[in-house]
Amino acid sequence: MKLSALQQSYTNRRSNSFRAAGGLDSSVDGSGKSPAAVFWLVLHGLCCLISLVLGFRFSRLVFFLFFSTASNGGTSGLYPSTPFLGTTADIAGSLSFQANSSPNLELPPNRTAGGISSSRVVVGRHGIRIRPWPHPNPDEVMKAHRIIERVQREQKLQFGIKNPRTVIVVTPTYVRTFQTLHLTGLMHSLMNVPYDLIWIVVEAGGTTNETASLLAKSGLRTIHIGFDKRMPNSWEDRHRLEAQMRLRALRIVREEKLDGIVMFGDDSNMHSMELFDEIQKVTWIGAVSVGILAHSGNTDELSSVVHKKAEEENLPPPVQGPACNSSEKLVGWHIFNSLPYVGNGATYIDDRATVLPRKLEWSGFVLNSRLLWKEAEDRPEWVKDLDKLDGVSEEIESPLSLLKDPSMVEPLGSCGRKVLLWWLRVEARTDSKFPARWIIDPPLEVTVPAKRTPWPDAPPELPSNVKEISIQEHTEKRHAKSRASRSKHSSRSKRKHESRTVDPQVSAKVSEE
Amino acid sequence: MGVWIWVLVFGFVWGIGAHGLDRHPHTERISGSAGDVLEDDPVGKLKVFVYELPSKYNKKILQKDPRCLNHMFAAEIFMHRFLLSSPVRTLNPEEADWFYTPIYTTCDLTPNGLPLPFKSPRMMRSAIQLISSNWPYWNRTEGADHFFVVPHDFGACFHYQEEKAIERGILPLLQRATLVQTFGQRNHVCLNEGSITIPPYAPPQKMQAHLIPQETPRSIFVYFRGLFYDVNNDPEGGYYARGARAAVWENFKDNPLFDISTEHPTTYYEDMQRAIFCLCPLGWAPWSPRLVEAVIFGCIPVIIADDIVLPFADAIPWEEIGVFVAEEDVPNLDTILTSIPPEVILRKQRLLANPSMKQAMLFPQPAQSGDAFHQILNGLARKLPHNKNVFLKHGEKALNWTAGPVGDLKPW
Repeated sequence: MKLSALQQSYTNRRSNSFRAAGGLDSSVDGSGKSPAAVFWLVLHGLCCLISLVLGFRFSRLVFFLFFSTASNGGTSGLYPSTPFLGTTADIAGSLSFQANSSPNLELPPNRTAGGISSSRVVVGRHGIRIRPWPHPNPDEVMKAHRIIERVQREQKLQFGIKNPRTVIVVTPTYVRTFQTLHLTGLMHSLMNVPYDLIWIVVEAGGTTNETASLLAKSGLRTIHIGFDKRMPNSWEDRHRLEAQMRLRALRIVREEKLDGIVMFGDDSNMHSMELFDEIQKVTWIGAVSVGILAHSGNTDELSSVVHKKAEEENLPPPVQGPACNSSEKLVGWHIFNSLPYVGNGATYIDDRATVLPRKLEWSGFVLNSRLLWKEAEDRPEWVKDLDKLDGVSEEIESPLSLLKDPSMVEPLGSCGRKVLLWWLRVEARTDSKFPARWIIDPPLEVTVPAKRTPWPDAPPELPSNVKEISIQEHTEKRHAKSRASRSKHSSRSKRKHESRTVDPQVSAKVSEE
Repeated sequence: MGVWIWVLVFGFVWGIGAHGLDRHPHTERISGSAGDVLEDDPVGKLKVFVYELPSKYNKKILQKDPRCLNHMFAAEIFMHRFLLSSPVRTLNPEEADWFYTPIYTTCDLTPNGLPLPFKSPRMMRSAIQLISSNWPYWNRTEGADHFFVVPHDFGACFHYQEEKAIERGILPLLQRATLVQTFGQRNHVCLNEGSITIPPYAPPQKMQAHLIPQETPRSIFVYFRGLFYDVNNDPEGGYYARGARAAVWENFKDNPLFDISTEHPTTYYEDMQRAIFCLCPLGWAPWSPRLVEAVIFGCIPVIIADDIVLPFADAIPWEEIGVFVAEEDVPNLDTILTSIPPEVILRKQRLLANPSMKQAMLFPQPAQSGDAFHQILNGLARKLPHNKNVFLKHGEKALNWTAGPVGDLKPW
């Protein structure tokens, strides 16, 4: 029973799918039980018995190896595999392949009457070639990466943007604790942009050396100007001042006749690289979708209501941006729904409540810089001149105020379906415990055990380098705590928020644990 | 004086050639051994007569199992349908250059969908007996101006196991006919001199449906999905793929550049479009649909099959398009691939991007110009005119009608 099954598995490739074929095969071939076949059968049975006794597979081909005198010249193409790491069974296997498998290999040269020379390629069992050290070679890996880079560069040349335009980034900023954090993040994003870049940084309260030294690290072409007013304390006033600072930057674009695409890169936003590719497609003025990460989560009662509502209704993450109909035409705007947060929004910087975005963020808009120039020949008539906005007393909320006809805005990012940047305003609070200038001096001594890791009562004497590491961890822990201003309470309550937005508290939780 | 004329002509032609290169910056013209033969139009170059066989040889078989239209051997069925409505078809057998026998030998499927070739020799023999008795054209040449589509594993050897296939050899009755088959290996019994190698059938709509934007950066260096060990039929390895696939696995399973595994991802086609090299190693037979998929998706095929004859080898310069690695060099595959200069890689990608290259690998319905059907006809046309000694003198017999295993002689 076992014998016949084994034989079938050897000779019939499709045995498991169609067992009857095995029988059919032999009947079609018409070969009866010749003595040779019987001999092989007996030999096979013998080998099986031996294998059972020995415990590893003892192939009948070993007999062939031992008993065949005229070995088939070692046969081209066979090659004993060097350390075929494995069990003893494999050793038996490695013994067996040295012989050629089937005797009917003699047939091809004799068979065909025509002058077909015997093939260089041999049928039968071959060794599995493994080189002595089958692991990646770092030089090869580096070469391969260079090849990949070259191929991708070629792809970009062929299919990417032709004639890319300069990107002009407008950033309002001011000196504060988190300025380094935010500005460094933005700077690194801009340093990765593959196009020419001009970075206009408007600083409230006048230019400072701190900001200047930060900008100098970027290596980008920057225009650093100061704005005379100081940043006020309430969010309302801040937004207003920032709008004015942006307009100041736009005036610079106008004066210097900078040519390119103006985008508003707030230092507190997160930009994806796709954004910079997408904005190259703008003709005059375009809008992208901005994901809003306004997430409450400080005190339990207030925020739990919001969360429960959000979880019940399964709200999608709030997104601000253009809204299109089925024919990809702009029909309206998605704006931030601040209703759930009514009464809970933060008014002052130090508030624990949520910081809410404006109805339409500036960062969701991109402009062709020629819109702002004094005399641009082909400027469309539905654009107001920038100078006219100076005398306007009312608040300028978004670049839409520049337009007479807001329906001419081009929706970008597959009509607003792609969220290309994320908005989140996080600022340090006065009661946040973080060290000045981000340095802890003198170093911490007392170690506080984390909630989950049980510490031994008497910790053994640690070597000095390990102590350094633990200090680093603590500084990070401290940073994490102060980074997300609302995280202190929420992580304690350990609420697992099932939202689809990227949760900043999750990262804080992870770093704390 | 004549020299100057030649110089002018040469300069003119060279100018056109250079201009032609500039026209398509990211594709390159494929120049086969005989020039740009991929774009030849066979209409007018040959005439094909299609025998009227009873439907038990074709339609009834298809009715019994319509799965035959989707597997990789479906070329025989689609070739028949193409020829029926093609302008090269003629209803007058006297003026025909080639004769086609519509017989579906690869349509006897197991429940799993794999074709069994055991009845095929008898079916073929019965069909040939029919055409030789009803029409005089077979006996005129003993089949030398007839062609048959035999897309099974080892072509007209009609067996899936190589040893048995070699034992049987090509069906004796087909020795003089032209065989259109997917199998191709030099100095092999199952490949006749003058056979036309074709790509296996791959469903064109399915592949078009999975195209991704061209600007998606190619970030996978080497890609392969498939078996390394055939545990059902060759558990230790060494038989399957002559050990080459197993060698690929053992040498590169922990190499981050090699994205190889046995999984069946739903994003298989999309992943191929994000890869630079796609491995096309042999399996139980040297050919595989991977070659077609690699060409369609612009991934450079790395062919690991000694002595393989690739589809339309006389029209497509495969050495310039793909990378050939000997089976014994598999342990050094990473060195081989990383030492290819980037310009060569970019050139290969440009050749692959040529739409005529992709078209030549496909069997679209309805047929389009430059597709595999037309390449087959081009190949047949290139074999014309027939050699004079193809036509046998009266009474002369070249074929042995009783050769072959006894089982083949039974009627079907």
